[in-house]
Formats: sequence, structure tokens, C-alpha cells
Amino acid sequence: MSATVLYDEPGPRARVWIAVGTVVGLGLVGLLIAVAVVRLSSHHQLDRAHWTFVTDPTILRFLAFGLLNTLKVAAVAGALSLTIGCLLAVCRLAPAAVLRVAAATYTHFWLSIPVLLLIYFIGLGLPTMGLDLPVFWFLVLGLTLYNSAVFAEIFRTGVVSLHSGQREAAAALGLGFWQTMRLVLLPQAIRRMVPSLVSQYVVLLKDSSLGFVLPYPELFRRGQTTGQYAQSVLQAYVVVAVVYIAVNASLSYLARRLEARQRRPGARVPAEASIALNPLVVGANLSTPAA
Amino acid sequence: MNVVLDNLDVFGSGLWTTLKLTALSFLLALGIGVVVATARVSPAAPLRAAGLAYVETVRNTPPLVLLFLFVYGLPKTGVKYSLFISAVLVLGGYTGAFVAEALRSGISAVPIGQAEAARSLGLTFTKTLRYVVLPQAFRTVIPPLGALLSALVRNTSLAAPIGVLELTARAGQLNTTDPNPVWIYLAAAAAYMVVTLPLGAVTRLVERRVAVAR
Repeated sequence: MSATVLYDEPGPRARVWIAVGTVVGLGLVGLLIAVAVVRLSSHHQLDRAHWTFVTDPTILRFLAFGLLNTLKVAAVAGALSLTIGCLLAVCRLAPAAVLRVAAATYTHFWLSIPVLLLIYFIGLGLPTMGLDLPVFWFLVLGLTLYNSAVFAEIFRTGVVSLHSGQREAAAALGLGFWQTMRLVLLPQAIRRMVPSLVSQYVVLLKDSSLGFVLPYPELFRRGQTTGQYAQSVLQAYVVVAVVYIAVNASLSYLARRLEARQRRPGARVPAEASIALNPLVVGANLSTPAA
Repeated sequence: MNVVLDNLDVFGSGLWTTLKLTALSFLLALGIGVVVATARVSPAAPLRAAGLAYVETVRNTPPLVLLFLFVYGLPKTGVKYSLFISAVLVLGGYTGAFVAEALRSGISAVPIGQAEAARSLGLTFTKTLRYVVLPQAFRTVIPPLGALLSALVRNTSLAAPIGVLELTARAGQLNTTDPNPVWIYLAAAAAYMVVTLPLGAVTRLVERRVAVAR
């Protein structure tokens, strides 16, 4: 629903109010920025010396490899989670009760504990149980266990939100459960859930920063080291944050482009799917039919 | 096993801190969410832009980076809060961006005909929102808000690395004095589940109670 339905085309008086709101809004934002700048410069945080590390090639290389490590872990864990998540979703809808219960238990368990706790457990607990892997794989394991559960919920929501006629038509054609899933339901569900899948992928990328406790040398960890080394803690975290924002925002942008290209006439995404843009919304009931 | 039974009080105090963190951050997140969502649908363009900038910045940054920036970076400019308050402010601000998006998409999910009908009956902007759109939007928003609350319970664990003694930090503490990671972390996981699993059940119950048949 576009917001414009909520009010009439603004008349002269309303336009004045909107202008006032615009000025006040701009003033507030400007004031905030001014306060921040004054505060930063009065504590010498904007001094050149605090920012020169950004031009030091050794430090830049150090941070770039941190980013590379982040992307590597996100790529591997993302691919694994997507695959396992898809399988889990199919199992949760399978005719065999054993599969359904097993998949539901797995999903609910990982969705109810913090990823950080899981990563601590993996880093501290698994070596004592005789399983000692490189920290890269510890981080991949932690991220995959959690995110495969989230992806499973997203895929399941996508399948459930499809019109029941799709399943019925497949059944009428004599397709079995697995064939129906693979040939009819999943392709449509995946297309419908692309926005949620990408949002969750962004969450996964952000969660890779939890690897700093292992310690895995990803972007956040390296930013921390840089800040201590260059004596520019605030600045280093700001730079790291900007890099994360750039990477994640371009991912989301790509996803929107992809979605726009895939949206063909007759393949419209219902309004409810926009709720799913929220990456933390898992298990949100999107199955209510579009009005 | 003994390390868990002997230290139930330690787990208890950790869980209590986790719950306090969650409750305070969620209140803050709801406040921020309402303000930012309003800004994002307002007719004044700079407010819309500010709301969008806030949501995009916060959603694309790892909460851990925000926490460290707040706890280790901001004191350099003379802004310093206690660790607990810092955690509440950052987690509340982070979750607030998601609450804002949930509220906004809740409004978008109300079929356009509802607002059109209200407008053609002569209801004003405020009355359209108050009597027609928002009551329906709130119902759509309950499942996402429940999911956000559950995510917040789990995200409070991020306060452990900065030194807030909540559940995850307590588990780590116990593990350094009496290393037994398997039992200690299983117990901590169970403590989190005691909170998150009923939360999910309550959300589903409320959702069913207030559901609108469309």
C-alpha cells in the first residue's frame, strides 16, 4: 500500500506544514552531525594522525586479507547452509513422520540458542572431544548449523505459501512427493524467497564477525588489531563498519536487481513476501493468502 | 555434570542479567522502531531519508562492530556509559531498525482497498491510520515482533565479549575456573531454550488469537 492513499494531495496549508517539517527535520539531522563533529574534533579524533593508517599499504593489505577471509567463510558456510537448509525443508514437509520430526527438532534446537554460544562451545568443547580442526572450519561449522536451520524455515515458508493448486496439479499428473518438490514446488518457492534468502545471507556475513573469539582472522578481528596497533580504535572500527556496509549494501542491491529481472508477468510476488525481507523474521507465517 | 549442579546460582544470575538486558533493549527497540517507521512513511523527505539511512546503516553492520565502537571507540570522545547500559543502547538501537522495518511492512501488508475505503468514507489521515490501517497492521506484525524478541534474547550474548556478565559470559567464566565445556555450554544452551522456546509458543498463541480472517 503506497503511503499516498493515506492522505490527499497536499493543499497549500499542508504544503506549508510539510515545508516546516522538512526544515525541522533537516535542522535536527544537521544539529546531530554538528554535535558529532564538534565532539570528535574537540577530542582530537578527527586529527590527521588518527586517520593516516587508512593510507598505509601494509595495513590496507592486512585489512583486505581480513575481508577476504570474511568472504571466504561466508561463501563456504553460505553454500553449505543453503544445501542443508533446502534438504531440511523438504524433510519437514515429507510424508514420513520420522523425517518431519527429526528436521523440526534440528531446526528448533539451533534457532533457540545464540550463535556466539555455539561458537564458544565449538572452539572450546570440540578440541577436548578430540576433534581439532582449523579455526576456519570451526567457524564454518558454527555458522552452518545455525543458518541451515534459518534457511530451512525460509524454504519451508516459501513452499507453504504456494497455491495448493500447484501441489494438486502435480499429484493429478501422477508425480510423487520428491518429484513434486524438485520439479514443481521448490523452483517456485526459491524464486519467491530470493529477498529473504539474500537478507539471511547478509546476516550470515555479519555473523562471521563472531569468529573473532576463536580467533579467526576475519575483518572485524583485523580491524581490532589495526585499531590497537595504530592507536586509532574509534577510526578502525568506523572503517570496518563502512566496509561491512559497502559489502552488504551491494549484496542487497544485487538481490533487488535479480528479483526485478526474474519478476515476469504472471509470477507476481504477493505483498506478504515483503515481510520476509526482514532477515530476522523466521517462522513468520507468510501462508495467509494474498487478499 | 557436577560443575553445572554446583553452580546453578551462577547460571541463575547470568540468566537474570540476560533477561534484564532483553527487556530493556526491547523496550528501547520498540520506541526507536515506532519513531523510525513513522519517519519512513512521513511526507517530509528529509525525515524519510534519515529513517532510511538509519535502517540501512544499522542493518548492514555486524552488531558486534557497533558494540565495540560504542564501548571502546566512543569513550575517546568523552562519551562513556556503564557496560550494561552500553549493551542496552546498542542492542536496542540495532533491534530498533528491524522493528521499524517490521512495522513498515506491516502497514504495507494491509490491502490498499482498506485505506481507500476509509478515505472515501471521509476519514482523515490520522483516523484512517488509527481505526482502519494500524489495527490490522499490528496483527500482521505480531509474528515478526515475536521473532525479533527471540532473536534479541539470543543477541544479548554479544554483550559477553565486552564484559557484561550475562549467561554466555558466566558460562565462559565457569569454564576457565573448572574446564568442562560440554556440560557447561549444554547447560547454558538449555537456559536459553527455557526462554526462547516458550516465547515462540506464546507468539504463535497470540498470533492465532488476534488473527483476522481475510
